[in-house]
Amino acid sequence: MVERRPFLTFIQHAVLILGAAMFVFPIYLAFVASTHTAAEVSGGVPLLPGAEMIRNYSLVLGEGISAAGAPPLWIMLMNSTIMALSITIGKIVISLLSAFAVVYFKFPFRMLAFWTIFVTLMLPVEVRILPTFEVVAQLGMLNSYAGLSIPLIASATATFLFRQFFMTVPDQLTEAARIDGAGPMKFFRDILLPLSRTNLAALFVILFIYGWNQYLWPLLVTTDESYYTIVMGIQRMANAGEETPQWHLIMATAILALLPPVVVILAMQRLFVRGLVEVEK
Amino acid sequence: MSNIQINNVRKTYPGGIDAIRGITLDIADGEFCVLVGPSGCGKSTLLRMIAGLETITDGSVSIGDRVVNDLEPAERDIAMVFQNYALYPHMTVYGNMAYGLKNRGVPKDKIKVMVDEAAATLGLSEFLTRKPAQLSGGQRQRVAMGRAIVRQPQAFLFDEPLSNLDAKLRLKTRVEIRDLQQRLGTTSIYVTHDQMEAMTLADQLVVLNDGAVEQVGTPIDVYNRPASVFVAEFIGSPPMNLMPGEIDESGLVTPAGVVAAPAGVRHGAVTIGIRPEHLHPASDGPLRLKVRVVEHLGASANAHGTVPGHAVEMIASLTGADLPDKGETLGLTVAAENLHLFDPETGRRLH
Repeated sequence: MVERRPFLTFIQHAVLILGAAMFVFPIYLAFVASTHTAAEVSGGVPLLPGAEMIRNYSLVLGEGISAAGAPPLWIMLMNSTIMALSITIGKIVISLLSAFAVVYFKFPFRMLAFWTIFVTLMLPVEVRILPTFEVVAQLGMLNSYAGLSIPLIASATATFLFRQFFMTVPDQLTEAARIDGAGPMKFFRDILLPLSRTNLAALFVILFIYGWNQYLWPLLVTTDESYYTIVMGIQRMANAGEETPQWHLIMATAILALLPPVVVILAMQRLFVRGLVEVEK
Repeated sequence: MSNIQINNVRKTYPGGIDAIRGITLDIADGEFCVLVGPSGCGKSTLLRMIAGLETITDGSVSIGDRVVNDLEPAERDIAMVFQNYALYPHMTVYGNMAYGLKNRGVPKDKIKVMVDEAAATLGLSEFLTRKPAQLSGGQRQRVAMGRAIVRQPQAFLFDEPLSNLDAKLRLKTRVEIRDLQQRLGTTSIYVTHDQMEAMTLADQLVVLNDGAVEQVGTPIDVYNRPASVFVAEFIGSPPMNLMPGEIDESGLVTPAGVVAAPAGVRHGAVTIGIRPEHLHPASDGPLRLKVRVVEHLGASANAHGTVPGHAVEMIASLTGADLPDKGETLGLTVAAENLHLFDPETGRRLH
């Protein structure tokens, strides 16, 4: 918009700053809490950072909070990373292939296959969690990385997104590739994949965060500490039984748990934004 | 290099729609064949069947004595230039041109030689590292051409390759395509709806209508002796004047007057066709035209109007400085050999 109205500019900025502050404040509070001692935090979180930052963080990273029944933080971070990455990569591979099949191949019950996938959009993990748990338990996949990630891999959303994208790829491109002697898989690898690059990046970010933030499912399928993920680990710490929760350490863990998704977003930011806003022609 | 034979080819879509209703064509080695017709006449379908992008319901297509009905497009040894060019957007110009060769397992160093040569032919050498998005429309069109010629196929198939260019560039590229095809001597089939493009490019002009061949011949043949009312109307700009008439002992009775009839035509009702440029002003001419609009084209002018007392539209293409004004009634004459007579029932030519 090309408008020169100083008052409006002021209002716009005020609203934006207020909005940003509302989003940032809880995170700031968590950070401040993680830099104080337990005693200082217990009466209410001060508004300025304290001096205990290094001690708190090295404590959670190294030993973990034994009293809270959680393993050292780095194990939980690693578990979370493994789970989030397996879910992300698995989801992308499966949805790419199924979208490719649904869009480019003519086979009986093709639309039925697509709609079956699409219908599962209406069934979030939580709805099917009991039968899924039963299946995973019967297969003996409790307390394993496979059990953490495989049940969450099938993705209707990503399949649908890729299908919509593939349908915007002009038919002539497919025909040109056929005349150029590219078979279906070659076409997929040489033409479709590079064209989906930005969509891939956007989905990678979204799905990584989805996988990282899984809470209920890891809580159900892991009983062995060495498979705890960080998001559920925080919950374990907060329910520390008889003792008062050690809020300063919990907050330090929370801040650390925030970092990997942030790193992923920053790394893919440019592609991510492009993938969401534009279709490369 | 090879000839293309299309033998009684049919295409029926599911649901019983006949897109191509039995077409037989013979395209000689090195010939430039243009398929022309209005939209929906089946010209693109026919081209796509030759390319292998559409299945052939019945009949056969052979390229260089090899029946290709059941071959994949890549195995038919043809190259196609698409209307929207269909360049791979993520590949450089070099990558676009090399892709087909790479898929055929041509060694890398040989690909480089071939691409460089094709790029030089088309003046693309300095653009080889660019992506299609960084090129102008005309340059993209040339890359699409380059992708076709680099493989040195037996035939080029063009699907309205100029329709995305502006008028000026279209003229220039038209000449370039003709020149390139003559230099390479590759058999070509070119689809267009633009009769001017068809006239200027073709060795053999094929006019299609409703899935069937209306007329085949050299452009001049088709222009001078249109086989049907449809061809007469479609080829030529401004289009041929058509009016009802009758032949009797006095000659050819037209709404605008009586003129001498060409020899050897049966008596009875006819449809008369006269090309606008064959109408010459003559104050005592047998034809009358009440001028409504005069279009000045520089070298000539088109006088649009009606025949007084009749609802027949007529256009006369006039040269010279002595042009009529709006509202004036013009006397016109036409030579008997420039009259085209068609059967009003079947639309076919009578002589």
